[in-house]
Amino acid sequence: MNTWLEILLYVQIALSGVCLYRIIRGPTIPDRMVAIDIFGILVVGVCAIISILTGKKFIVDIGIAWIILSFIGTLTLAKYLSGKKLNE
Amino acid sequence: MTMVAMIIISIGVLFNFFGCIGLIRLPDVYNRLQAATKCVTLGCCSILLGVFIHFGFTDAGIKGLIAIPLLFFSATVAAHALIRGTYHFGVKMSDKSVKDDYKSASK
Amino acid sequence: MRYVAFFILGLVFWLLLTFKLTVANLIAGAVASLLCTLIFARYYFTGVVKFIQPQRWFWFLVYLVRFIFSCIKANLDVAYRVLHPKMPIRPGIVKVKTSLKSDFAKTLLANSITMTPGTLTVDIIDDCFYIHWIYIRSEDPEVYTKMIMGAFEKYIKKFAE
Repeated sequence: MNTWLEILLYVQIALSGVCLYRIIRGPTIPDRMVAIDIFGILVVGVCAIISILTGKKFIVDIGIAWIILSFIGTLTLAKYLSGKKLNE
Repeated sequence: MTMVAMIIISIGVLFNFFGCIGLIRLPDVYNRLQAATKCVTLGCCSILLGVFIHFGFTDAGIKGLIAIPLLFFSATVAAHALIRGTYHFGVKMSDKSVKDDYKSASK
Repeated sequence: MRYVAFFILGLVFWLLLTFKLTVANLIAGAVASLLCTLIFARYYFTGVVKFIQPQRWFWFLVYLVRFIFSCIKANLDVAYRVLHPKMPIRPGIVKVKTSLKSDFAKTLLANSITMTPGTLTVDIIDDCFYIHWIYIRSEDPEVYTKMIMGAFEKYIKKFAE
């Protein structure tokens, strides 16, 4: 059972690598930002799988904190894209 | 119980895989955002549901359960902000597009 | 009234996150949610009375089941479009009118549209939604309004207006 879970963990990390490919190769700036957003969501899945695999429960907390920080970061990048100041 | 959790996590990773294929294959940034956001959000919600089923009603399980609506709303709102910013940034839509009603309204 | 509702919601959220029912934890949660209430509560919850009407909760559950079903359908749809060798896409941005009035209902409808098959909300100006659609099936405004909104507008009008 644990072996299958480890395989799933490696697949999930490889998918994050796919996002890195889009971050490096993206033809325009918004492509890279979309890839950063998706990367942040995928890391939450990695945290959840690690917490089952090792049995340490505090890793789910790290996932929740990661959701909120990734959301704020993406909103800031989107504000920059639409050409507004940060206090509008 | 562990078996059910494994199956749900596997389904989640499968949806994440589809989302990442969409991120590579689709032609322009709007379609990529669309495919990737839908698939990856539902995939990660499914993995967190697997965490809840594995741990049951303990502290980690409840945390996994309340992470689901949090992830859901943050992902949809972030996608909306990104696509609006992309349009105002001036990225052209791909050649296959047939209609654009937003062009006259955004001026 | 709305300050009390916000305070209770914050305290419940704190207790679920920490998951310990001791006196020290309760006091810490009360102080934290009191601070949040003083700073943020004036932006939320215009009608608190809606929370204690049972028929709204019933329609909310119906909407939730319908929504999860449509969410899974959306994922299978995206998987079909991505794995198909020729990629059958025909993207474009269409304009759709809605009859919802309150801000909360509009936000909820926009989020539902984002997760349904093939659609993504770009912007909301007054009562018009601008929606990016990955495969435009029809050119007639009335037909595609019905296709995009589906049953969501009806349910949301019942529990959130």
